[in-house]
Amino acid sequence: MLELLWLIPTLPFAGFVALALIGARLSRTKVALIGVGSAGLSAIVAGLVGFRFLLSPPPGHLYSQTLWKWMHVGNFMPEIGLSLDALSLVMVLVVSWVSFLIHLYSAEFMVDEEGYSRFFAYMNLFIGFMLTLVLADNLLLLYLGWEGVGLCSYLLIGFWYKDPANGRAAMKAFIVTRIGDAAMAVGLFLIFTHLGTLKIQELMQRASEQWAVGSTLPIAAAALLLGGAVGKSAQLPLQTWLPDAMAGPTPVSALIHAATMVTAGVYLIARTHVLFSLAPAVQLIVALIGAVTLLLAGCSALTQRDIKRVLAYSTISQIGYMFLALGVGAWSAAIFHFMTHAFFKALLFLGAGVVITGLHGEHDMFKMGGLRRQLPLTFWAFLVGAASLSALPLVTAGFYSKDLILWQAWSSKLGSPWLWGAGLAGALLTSVYTFRMVLLTFFGEAKAQVSRSPGVCIGIPLAVLAVLSVIGGFVELPQTLGNLPLFSEFLHSVLPKAPDQGGAGSLLLFQVLAAIVSLGGIWLAYLLFLRHRHYAENLVRTPLGRALHCFWLGGWSFDWLYDTLFVQPFVTVARLGKEDVVDLFYQGVARLSRILHSGLSATQTGRVRWYAAAIGIGAIVTIGIAVLL
Amino acid sequence: MALVLMRHGLLLAGILFALGLVGVLVRRNLLFILLSIEVMLNATGLAFVVAGSRWIQPDGQVMFLFILTMAAAEVSVGLALLLQLYHRFKSLDIDAVSRMRG
Amino acid sequence: MNGLFYISAVVAILSTVMVITELNGVHALLYMIVSLFSVALIFFTLGAPFVAALEVIIYAGAIMVLFVFVIMMLNLGPRAVAQERQWLSPKMWPGPALLALALILELIYILRRGSTVLSGIQIIGPKAVGFSLFGLYLLGVELASILLLAGLIGAYHLGRRASTKEKEGKT
Repeated sequence: MLELLWLIPTLPFAGFVALALIGARLSRTKVALIGVGSAGLSAIVAGLVGFRFLLSPPPGHLYSQTLWKWMHVGNFMPEIGLSLDALSLVMVLVVSWVSFLIHLYSAEFMVDEEGYSRFFAYMNLFIGFMLTLVLADNLLLLYLGWEGVGLCSYLLIGFWYKDPANGRAAMKAFIVTRIGDAAMAVGLFLIFTHLGTLKIQELMQRASEQWAVGSTLPIAAAALLLGGAVGKSAQLPLQTWLPDAMAGPTPVSALIHAATMVTAGVYLIARTHVLFSLAPAVQLIVALIGAVTLLLAGCSALTQRDIKRVLAYSTISQIGYMFLALGVGAWSAAIFHFMTHAFFKALLFLGAGVVITGLHGEHDMFKMGGLRRQLPLTFWAFLVGAASLSALPLVTAGFYSKDLILWQAWSSKLGSPWLWGAGLAGALLTSVYTFRMVLLTFFGEAKAQVSRSPGVCIGIPLAVLAVLSVIGGFVELPQTLGNLPLFSEFLHSVLPKAPDQGGAGSLLLFQVLAAIVSLGGIWLAYLLFLRHRHYAENLVRTPLGRALHCFWLGGWSFDWLYDTLFVQPFVTVARLGKEDVVDLFYQGVARLSRILHSGLSATQTGRVRWYAAAIGIGAIVTIGIAVLL
Repeated sequence: MALVLMRHGLLLAGILFALGLVGVLVRRNLLFILLSIEVMLNATGLAFVVAGSRWIQPDGQVMFLFILTMAAAEVSVGLALLLQLYHRFKSLDIDAVSRMRG
Repeated sequence: MNGLFYISAVVAILSTVMVITELNGVHALLYMIVSLFSVALIFFTLGAPFVAALEVIIYAGAIMVLFVFVIMMLNLGPRAVAQERQWLSPKMWPGPALLALALILELIYILRRGSTVLSGIQIIGPKAVGFSLFGLYLLGVELASILLLAGLIGAYHLGRRASTKEKEGKT
């Protein structure tokens, strides 16, 4: 059964090829069948493979399958090889099943769009690349998947290409992540030069043998890989592209910019955790980046009016939690949070999509209201997702994963009270902005009427994801609540336990604190945004409030900062260099051609006598040459 | 019969040819242009006959015959075109048919 | 007989000059005929009586007559003469005259290098020409006849009245 591993990325690629070649000529049903079907088949195969892996794990909990030799240059022989261990199994299962659900949702959601087959082709291509990324057994193939998902992200953000703003958003996403990708490429060069291999298992082994903890080489390699991860996962300082990426269709935002692509950075760091363990300084930076980003994005999410932008900033914030976990050495906690986040964030995006299309493309939450009576299924699903995001105690998956991260931030050797405090503050912010979103959208008096209720293809994914957002957390119950660490035990074969500095007794205290914060945030949101709206409005009207609101609304003005620091100087230099010496040469060539043309076309007067004279002159000149020379 | 320097014969042909060329370039009336072309053809024929006479061969005269034939064919076609021009443009101005320019 | 050649040459040149400067069409044609006659005389002096006869019969007798027919058909009046005067302004002359002069000077330069060869040593009569024409140059004769056929058909087609074409709706 495990030999079917290669089918998992291949089926979506096949779907892509089929849709790219003949998709435009097929009916919508057939296109959806191919698109959703390939995703579904891939998910089923992943399920079967996972089943087999869980029941009878291969030796060393690692199954490798080499497909063919990619290239052979000197002593550099990367292969197209897939490897399955616990980490990639978790990733594959989450990615393939969430993708399948989102594909099912898109089959109905995108049915009125004109690029239907193009959409599914791109989505299938994306899944293919993402699965390649998580199954790759060497960093070069991973980089191929990495670049591929970046390309598909560009294609899908700019899906409605007729509006130039969408194209600009897509370009911004691509360029910002490219900066990270360049850093990652340099990191790969460094790793290959010094360790001689890019196969992940081998390089981790050689790194731990050859490189001392804290020496420059692992710091450089880890820092460069971190650069790549930061770009792809939209963390500080490369987080500016994600809010603008909401210009794409909602299923795209759900799949790529919530559940899968943006978590590729988290996967990368978890995969190469040995390198990060060898470079404690870089690992600390990972934690710091995570902590700062989650606060930054949380504040920004509080002020947004567009429902998708709230969710985008929320994604940035939650990935900050994952980075925080990675930074303190809680590797499996990060992956656990990835899994639960994939469920509830995809759910929230899909629900937001239903709301937006129901109100004919209205994104502004302040123009919505009272939708819980008009879209009951969506409301309940959205509520479950929001509760999970806010880490509602005991009943939601988000509680267990976020709580685990907070606890590890405090108790790990690499953790610190400051990091825990940042995480806790972030949790409060999360609850507030999440329920602000829920209350503004679904409660209050209805400002607009919904035109269309969602059908089965939309309802099933919402329901399934809602269920998963609740029960997904029960695989990792902490000591005080059942002590069922199935998830981290499962990942233990790949990811080491977090270095614990004891203090397990205060675990309950911290859980209670986290629960208080979560519930308190919900209550605060209720007060500010439903009962006494004038409090919030007055707060915003004060000078400090207005300044903060404006600042946070613009994402802490990072766009302005990058524009002034990088974009404007570049544009100025480009403009200055537009008419420089080299350009003058090329313009001179063009000008010369034009002069010659006008000169020669002046000789075509159309008059016979002129031509006769020309013949005469030519004859005289020729005779002269023949005679005189 | 008369012993003429070939040089002079050819010079005469050259002068006549040049005069015909001038006529083609100067005149605007198509009829006169055709006439000047005939002058040029005649001059060419003269040159051939002079040369053939120098070599005491009939080849020059044969060549003149061919030129004559060609001139006849060309004149008939040219005059037909002239008639067409006159019917279309109501004038024989050769500069009136200069649309293929630029 | 030398003098005959030179006198004919001068007459030919003068009448050709009149051809290209004359304003009236018929006058120019008549001058052309004179030029052709003088060239025919030159042919006689060079010992080529056959082509001399042909020059008069075909060139002056058929081709120039064709010109006369066309001029008569066009029925140009005094207005045409006035137009010619207008078209033939003095400022038109320098350029072509220069070209012609350059050509003649080159010709003189080429001829300077030639030796003092004589023409007109012997009479080459029609019989010799006939032998050469239908013996050695038979192919040329056939080609010339095809050329005449082409000219015939072309002249017929192009010479159709424009009005008939307009009546048939063709352009």
